[in-house]
Amino acid sequence: MLHYAYIIPLLPLAGAVILAFFGRRIGNPLAGWLGTLLVAASFVVAVFVFIDLLDRAGGNRSFDQTIFTWIPVGGLQIKAALLVDPLSITMVLFVTAVSALIQLYSIGYMQRDPQFSKFFVYLNLFVFSMLILVMADNFVLTFLGWEGVGACSYWLVAFWFDRDAAASAGKKAFIVNRIGDFGFLIAMFLIFSTVGTLTYSGVFGAVGSIGPTTLTAITLLLFLGAVGKSAQIPLFIWLPDAMEGPTPVSALIHAATMVTAGVYLMARVSPLLSHTTSSLNVVAIVGLLTAFVAATSACAQGDIKRALAYSTISQLGYMFLAVGSGAYVAAIFLMVTHAFFKALLFLGAGSVIHGMHDEQEMSRFGGLRKWMPVTAGTFIVAWLSIAGVPPFSGFWSKGDVLMNAFARSPALYAGGLLTALLTAYYMGRVVFLTFYGPERWRTGGPHETLPHEAPSVMIVPLVVLALLSFGGGIINLPIDNYDFLGRWLSPVFGPALRVLHYSGSTQRLFETADAVVAVVGAVLAGGLWVRRWQRPRLTPVFFQRAWWVDTAYDTLIARPSTALANFSAVVFDNRVIDGAVNGTATLIRDSGERLRRVQTGYVRNYALAIATGAALVLAYVASRVGS
Amino acid sequence: MSLGGPYYLTLAAVLFTIGGVGLLLRRNVLVMFMCVELMLNAVNLTFVTFSRLLNDIGGQSLVFFVLVVAAAEVVVGLGIIVAIFRRRKGATADDLHILKG
Repeated sequence: MLHYAYIIPLLPLAGAVILAFFGRRIGNPLAGWLGTLLVAASFVVAVFVFIDLLDRAGGNRSFDQTIFTWIPVGGLQIKAALLVDPLSITMVLFVTAVSALIQLYSIGYMQRDPQFSKFFVYLNLFVFSMLILVMADNFVLTFLGWEGVGACSYWLVAFWFDRDAAASAGKKAFIVNRIGDFGFLIAMFLIFSTVGTLTYSGVFGAVGSIGPTTLTAITLLLFLGAVGKSAQIPLFIWLPDAMEGPTPVSALIHAATMVTAGVYLMARVSPLLSHTTSSLNVVAIVGLLTAFVAATSACAQGDIKRALAYSTISQLGYMFLAVGSGAYVAAIFLMVTHAFFKALLFLGAGSVIHGMHDEQEMSRFGGLRKWMPVTAGTFIVAWLSIAGVPPFSGFWSKGDVLMNAFARSPALYAGGLLTALLTAYYMGRVVFLTFYGPERWRTGGPHETLPHEAPSVMIVPLVVLALLSFGGGIINLPIDNYDFLGRWLSPVFGPALRVLHYSGSTQRLFETADAVVAVVGAVLAGGLWVRRWQRPRLTPVFFQRAWWVDTAYDTLIARPSTALANFSAVVFDNRVIDGAVNGTATLIRDSGERLRRVQTGYVRNYALAIATGAALVLAYVASRVGS
Repeated sequence: MSLGGPYYLTLAAVLFTIGGVGLLLRRNVLVMFMCVELMLNAVNLTFVTFSRLLNDIGGQSLVFFVLVVAAAEVVVGLGIIVAIFRRRKGATADDLHILKG
């Protein structure tokens, strides 16, 4: 079955191609079903590959499949080759599973969109790119997938491109990502010039021959790529704006899968990262800072999707904190459970927005649990999971991250715990503002029809994801023989992985602390937000604007650049460039204008000129002869 | 050979000057044309004189070239003059100054 691994990315690609050419003819909703089924089939193939891999012994679970030589240039032989190992197949499993569920949901959500089939073209192309990204066996092929998901993200954020905000949000996402991509590219150049190969196995085998400074540079540049893709400080500003895209896109790309590509990359290059402590420190600190800053920003958002976007940034920060602590398994564990509960949160929010007729402001919600009980129930499951209330999946994954952070440094742990409190609080705020309290939408806007529950194609993914959010922790419980993910992934990371040796009672202590923090945060949110929906002192503008980071970029970079561009276009181009061209023409014309006076048309004038000239030449020659 | 070279050269210079002044002062195209011929033949005379003085046949052979060119010039020049006479009454060179650039 392992030899059929290439089918996994092939199916979504086939879906994208078929829908691109025949999507309109296949029509609505059949095009959506086709896309969903192909991704689901891809998931099934991945499950078979996974089972095959399980049958192998622990150290032997790596399989390299060359499809063709992609770029043969002298010493640089880049192959389109897939690497099937526990890490990539874990990513493949959750990417295809979550994608299939979200595509199913999209059939309902995008029902009335005139560009229905185009939406599924992009989604399938996205899944293909994401699978290439995680299954590639070399940096260049990963980069192909990396750019592919970036392009799909751009198309999907700007899907409703006739809206100004959506179009510019798409551009912003693309441009900010380019900054990170530049880091990725330079890192690849550095790797090739020092090691001479770009396959993962080749580079990791030669890690000893790379100088420490070069290694730090390579890992930090790769991290810059990850920072762009995974929306970390200082490049996180594109993600909240990316919420202009359709909600299933936010769930799939900007919460569950694409934004975790940075974390995946860091986990993939763990053999490089583990050799450079300074890079690990940078990763951990940037992760923690992002987690905290984004969590505070999430506390003050009024738009439900923006609140979730900041929450995503914050959770991604946790994952980088885990990576920086050398706890790659914890990072992947949180990534998987986060994919479940954050996809669920977004799909729930989408259901609310759908039911409330495209209203996204939480100040216009309230009391919705009576009107959309399934959405409310599943949303609350996701909330308890992300908050880290036991025994939901988020409790186990976040506990794992925090414990590893403590092993690295108590300061990191303290910051992480504070952020966990904030997480429980801001998600509680979203839940209480949306589903509890007075029904503010009755007075707010001109709602002709009452809110309604979503159709069943949207409900089914919600329920499935709620089950996964609840029980997802089972893949890696901190109990012997139940830590499947840890044992499954540890051969990939090998010595790079830090293994904790806390006793059972210490672990219980950590778990109690996590649980207490989660419950305190949730209760705090309930006490503050169930009855009141406006507390300006708790939502300062500083947090609403995410610590003014976006504004700072605007003032420091965007505006001066625009001014410079304006200057170049209006002043420099018009005056200097055009001036030089027009000036030359004017000079020639004016001098010609003057010179034509010489031609009088009188033959005698010409004759006189000839005579004078001849006389002068003669005089000159005579003077030379004389001397 | 009774007369010395300087006489011939002086005659040539006088002829050349007459031709040049005539070219500059007269307005009639035909007269101007004859002046040009006068200047050319003055030069021819100079050539022949120097050829004799310096015992160099080159000067005399060059005269043939000048004669040939002058003949060709006469053909073209007279053609132009005839064309001018067909279009207008007189043949005043200054009337043609509107052909300037």
